[in-house]
Amino acid sequence: MSTEFYRTGAPIEDGKAPDGVIAERWDNRRFAAKLVNPANKRKLTVIVVGTGLAGGSAAATLAELGYDVKSFCYQDSPRRAHSIAAQGGINAAKNYRGDGDSVHRLFYDTVKGGDFRSRESNVYRLAQVSVEIIDQCVAQGVPFAREYGGLLDTRSFGGAQVSRTFYARGQTGQQLLLGAYQAMARQIQAGKIEMHPRTEMLDLILVDGRARGVVTRDLVTGEVRNHFADAVVLASGGYGNVFFLSTNAKGCNVTAIWRAHRKGALFANPCYTQIHPTCIPVSGDHQSKLTLMSESLRNDGRVWVPLTGGDTRAPADIPEAERDYYLERIYPSFGNLVPRDIASRAAKNVCDEGRGVGPGGLGVYLDFADAIARLGRDAVAAKYGNLFEMYERITGEDPFETPMRIYPAVHYTMGGLWVDYDLQATIPGLFVIGEANFSDHGANRLGASALMQGLADGYFVLPNTIGDYLAAGPFEPLDDAHPEVADAAEAVRTRVAKLLAVNGSRTPDSFHRELGRIMWDYCGMERTDAGLRKAVGLIQALREEFWRDVLVSGESEELNQQLEKAGRIADFFELAELMCIDALHRTESCGGHFRGESQTPDGEALRDDETFSYVAAWEYTGDRPVLHREHLTFEYVKPSQRSYK
Amino acid sequence: MNLTLKVWRQKNATSRGHLTTYRVKEISPDMSFLEMLDVLNERLILDGDDPIAFDHDCREGICGMCGLVINGVPHGEQRATTTCQLHMRHFKDGDTIVIEPWRAAPFPVVKDLVVDRSAFDRIIEAGGYVSVPTGSAPDAHAVPVPKASADTAFDAATCIGCGACVAACPNGSASLFTAAKITHLGLLPQGQPERARRARAMVETADELGFGGCTNIGECTAVCPKGIPLATIARMNADYLGLAATGD
Amino acid sequence: MIDRGAATAPVQAPDQGAGRARTERTTATKGSRATTRYRGAVGKKAVMAVTGALMIGFLVLHMIGNLKVFAGRDSFNDYAAWLRTVGEPMLPPSGFLWIQRIGLLVILALHITAAVQLTVQAKRARPVKYHVKRRVQQSYASRTMRWGGVIIAAFVVYHILDLTVGVANPAGTAADPYTRLVADFQRWYLVVAYAVPLLLLGLHLRHGVWSAAQSLGRGGTARERPIKLFATGFAVVLVAGFLLAPVGVLVGVVK
Ligand SMILES: Cc1cc2nc3c(=O)[nH]c(=O)nc-3n(C[C@H](O)[C@H](O)[C@H](O)COP(=O)(O)OP(=O)(O)OC[C@H]3O[C@@H](n4cnc5c(N)ncnc54)[C@H](O)[C@@H]3O)c2cc1C
Ligand code: HEM
Ligand code: HEM
Ligand code: SF4
Ligand code: F3S
Ligand code: FES
Repeated sequence: MSTEFYRTGAPIEDGKAPDGVIAERWDNRRFAAKLVNPANKRKLTVIVVGTGLAGGSAAATLAELGYDVKSFCYQDSPRRAHSIAAQGGINAAKNYRGDGDSVHRLFYDTVKGGDFRSRESNVYRLAQVSVEIIDQCVAQGVPFAREYGGLLDTRSFGGAQVSRTFYARGQTGQQLLLGAYQAMARQIQAGKIEMHPRTEMLDLILVDGRARGVVTRDLVTGEVRNHFADAVVLASGGYGNVFFLSTNAKGCNVTAIWRAHRKGALFANPCYTQIHPTCIPVSGDHQSKLTLMSESLRNDGRVWVPLTGGDTRAPADIPEAERDYYLERIYPSFGNLVPRDIASRAAKNVCDEGRGVGPGGLGVYLDFADAIARLGRDAVAAKYGNLFEMYERITGEDPFETPMRIYPAVHYTMGGLWVDYDLQATIPGLFVIGEANFSDHGANRLGASALMQGLADGYFVLPNTIGDYLAAGPFEPLDDAHPEVADAAEAVRTRVAKLLAVNGSRTPDSFHRELGRIMWDYCGMERTDAGLRKAVGLIQALREEFWRDVLVSGESEELNQQLEKAGRIADFFELAELMCIDALHRTESCGGHFRGESQTPDGEALRDDETFSYVAAWEYTGDRPVLHREHLTFEYVKPSQRSYK
Repeated sequence: MNLTLKVWRQKNATSRGHLTTYRVKEISPDMSFLEMLDVLNERLILDGDDPIAFDHDCREGICGMCGLVINGVPHGEQRATTTCQLHMRHFKDGDTIVIEPWRAAPFPVVKDLVVDRSAFDRIIEAGGYVSVPTGSAPDAHAVPVPKASADTAFDAATCIGCGACVAACPNGSASLFTAAKITHLGLLPQGQPERARRARAMVETADELGFGGCTNIGECTAVCPKGIPLATIARMNADYLGLAATGD
Repeated sequence: MIDRGAATAPVQAPDQGAGRARTERTTATKGSRATTRYRGAVGKKAVMAVTGALMIGFLVLHMIGNLKVFAGRDSFNDYAAWLRTVGEPMLPPSGFLWIQRIGLLVILALHITAAVQLTVQAKRARPVKYHVKRRVQQSYASRTMRWGGVIIAAFVVYHILDLTVGVANPAGTAADPYTRLVADFQRWYLVVAYAVPLLLLGLHLRHGVWSAAQSLGRGGTARERPIKLFATGFAVVLVAGFLLAPVGVLVGVVK
């Protein structure tokens, strides 16, 4: 197979990873890293693409340190980055409750939650830094939930056995992002950040092998322009939208990191995709995106389907004896609180058996009748009122009266550009942070850990590590005439022109929907050898059709939302293929990657540590990608098979 | 259901706009308002017409990117709902729906229904933050915050910056938006040192940007998808005038 | 004003950025605290609130004074005369009245200036109108503040010519105050001419009293209802109090 879909290259190593006692590694690295003279910082420019938790916090902190920062986002304001949508909360090993939490336990849980496919050093650093994040955000005025004594409240989240999740009602991401946005605003006012909203990065500028800038398109005027810097930071978020339907915002895309990948940055673990079990099911062909219902609902809701398929009675008419509370049945000790991947797959299984409910049979009930009887309607309303309301808005059904219907949906992508311990990609001067990189979460992300990682990267890790690289700068000044620059800009213009020139007969969205369908069917919750092979063929054919038959209306020198879409979809095609190849080559099941061929006799995921204890980092060649393996070693947490029975 | 839409079309900021009538058929009541526009746009593209530009991103009521004036009401008639959360089941077969962009001098139209709201960023940049450098923060538990203040601050902090308040206000005032941030930070101990300066700078910036003044009409809070209360404006006034605010 | 594409234009070049300019502006504002505050819309509103409150104070006293008509011709005329002699010899004749007149004129001038400035600012902020605009919750009172105010002002001019100067009075300049008043309100159309502006004044105050509290930062979610109730009650009492005299004359209780 190796020859058919990919080639194997030399293994890679994380050259910056310190060794020694794990608890001291981050300190050691910080000490070993070169410092930049304060007077020199003013002469150094850093480009930050993305203003989410990762990019926003990084831009603000770098500017504060004295660097000149140029920030970009495709929305009309940095405050609207997709991080704004995160609901549940952010983890930190504060142990304010004294319930046995510690940096080591958060580290342990994260490595285990990632199904032993992440780096111990990175995860340990994440757990260490988590503590500072909360301090920083509180000082900025982030209004976390508090108890009557005035101290911060925490809750247990995503099946964690300690209460380490800090939250701000169901809007944690919003409040954290506004904190970072305000920190940015302060630096914009001070003239240290030059903000470019409604500007999309369409390519990376490499000069002498270093990342030296980006080519952007102004989404209002269509102007294609070069921006130069001494280092480039990508914080462009996740690529879950390759599935068309996902919980991500409509604009989430892979373009920024894919363009960097094409220029030489390795792409790691593209196939690891987190499918969230509690989303509002699809209601029809018109569906444009899926809405997440916070996981916290599973604390009190009971999941069930009718015992027999084809039961079309209203839920209230189905007697207790004819219901199957399948999570409680299969996983008696964790019940409705099993991890996301398990809950998602179980829902898929019962629906595949024909027992799903609602339109198209793709849904299961999440029933609050017991909770309402036990706690009273008011108590349930106090806990989940805003979520119930959101559900009611979308479906027109009242969860107090009738059970919610939920179904899994694509939610988070663990994969991303490969980075070393310093968060530097394989291209010198290119740094990747937040969901856009692959680090820290392994094969599966725990709830409330993405916000933690984004802010850890942006506020604390990158500002420390980037100096080591920048200490060698400033680099030679550049202008538009430089041949490598001119080539990059020309390539962007050509591509834009090409998209407009096809002038075919199908809309960009119709292609995106079809691509998403292929990905969901063959590279979704369960992947098989045959399915993935088929998918690769289908994707290639569809991509070919896209470039032959897409119809992008309008022109390039104006606000053209179809053109934006088409460009993103074009990159999704290439990514989709790599995702399938990655999924195909990894014949084990782990975390967010379930291979039908690799399961235990009772249908649980079966890891193969012997063969697959590595990060798969892919090199772009234009033809078959080249696989580079980074082997993972576990000194502190012994790999074990997860069991939630 | 079948509907008649009258949509504001404007090629770019400098050209003149006008309302154009479209008929859409077989709209499902389960569609969101934006999905209904998606359907229309798909058809327009295939017909060789320019699809309607409108802003949106999260489509779940939190990013604040979407915003249309629907039959004369920003975000439509359903209360506490953003345009993207509004569903077609609230309309009737045969309805005529007029769709216009936000109207305010500091929110110039970019194209069709897309407006430029960067003036809001300018207001925040003027002082809507707590000046705290990264890494120098005291332990999060060093300063307890009474739950009541934290909760009220949170209510104000839920503003999504959509601009519906400006669009609805007969004076084109940005008071509710500005006040929401001033209230959020002004209620927390962390926001105290800069409280007076913040209020002054933000309010004056809003004036300079060309927003109108507030004459306490109250349309803003009625259309605000997050229900930011008028009390925030009172608090802003107090902070601006250097008076101690009363009430919550 | 923001020009097109500001959303995409670079916010500033790092060295001569708008950000810098803005910082300078806010730190280098010249003038006294009061005048700087007045430049902002919030300051103008505070001026309206304070001047409005002072005018309300005058109206309360005026309304109570008017009730003297029920005590008879002499009592009322004495009261009018007293107004002209109060403070003597410290003040010249009619001194108190002139102080009050000047005070009220200044107050009204401030009130109107601020109102006009705010109106201009509001018109500039919404140069393009909506084709369809529906009101969601704004009250009639809040929408009639501007026109209502203008009509009230016009009424005051007429009112002074009528009852203070006397040129517009049916009984003429020579008559005593009581006679003028009775001459007015024996005519139903003059009762209407007074009642209409009075009702508008009631509306102005129904919104104005609450609005003034809000403008001065005295509002609050919990107080919104009580303050609004008070404002309505106050407006009703004031208007009713004023209407007693005309109605009394009309129905013949006062002759
Ligand atoms: C509905 C939902 C709920 C979630 N809840 C939680 C939770 O409770 N806890 C948790 O820990 N995690 C949660 N997550 C995950 C978490 O929100 C994200 O992983 C995280 O916010 C990503 O942050 P980021 O900064 O990496 O990227 P984003 O916030 O996605 O930001 C990306 C930025 O890049 C910009 N950008 C992208 N492409 C380009 C381009 N080509 N050119 C220019 N700019 C570009 C965008 O404009 C944006 O500013 C949730 C996710 C979703 C979808
Ligand atoms: C020419 C005459 C007048 C004009 C043009 C005028 C106009 C206005 C306007 C435009 C407002 C602001 C609207 C609002 O807050 O919603 C206002 C407020 C007010 N007016 Fe008047 N008005 C006039 C006379 C009066 C008089 C005679 C009184 C007193 C009895 C008065 C009392 C008030 C009060 C108390 C307020 C509220 C102030 C605030 O909102 O801060 N006004 N007026
Ligand atoms: C029915 C209602 C009213 C009656 C019967 C009434 C009666 C009078 C009388 C008799 C005078 C002359 C007093 C004098 O010269 O000695 C007077 C003066 C005046 N009234 Fe009224 N009034 C009424 C309503 C109002 C209202 C609503 C206003 C303001 C909005 C007002 C404002 C004034 C002013 C400004 C003066 C001039 C005071 C001066 O001479 O300086 N009045 N009124
Ligand atoms: S105050 Fe309300 S209406 Fe105004 S911007 Fe904020 S959320 Fe939107
Ligand atoms: S509608 Fe306008 S006048 Fe004030 S109360 Fe709201 S900003
Ligand atoms: S699209 Fe984000 S709030 Fe409507």
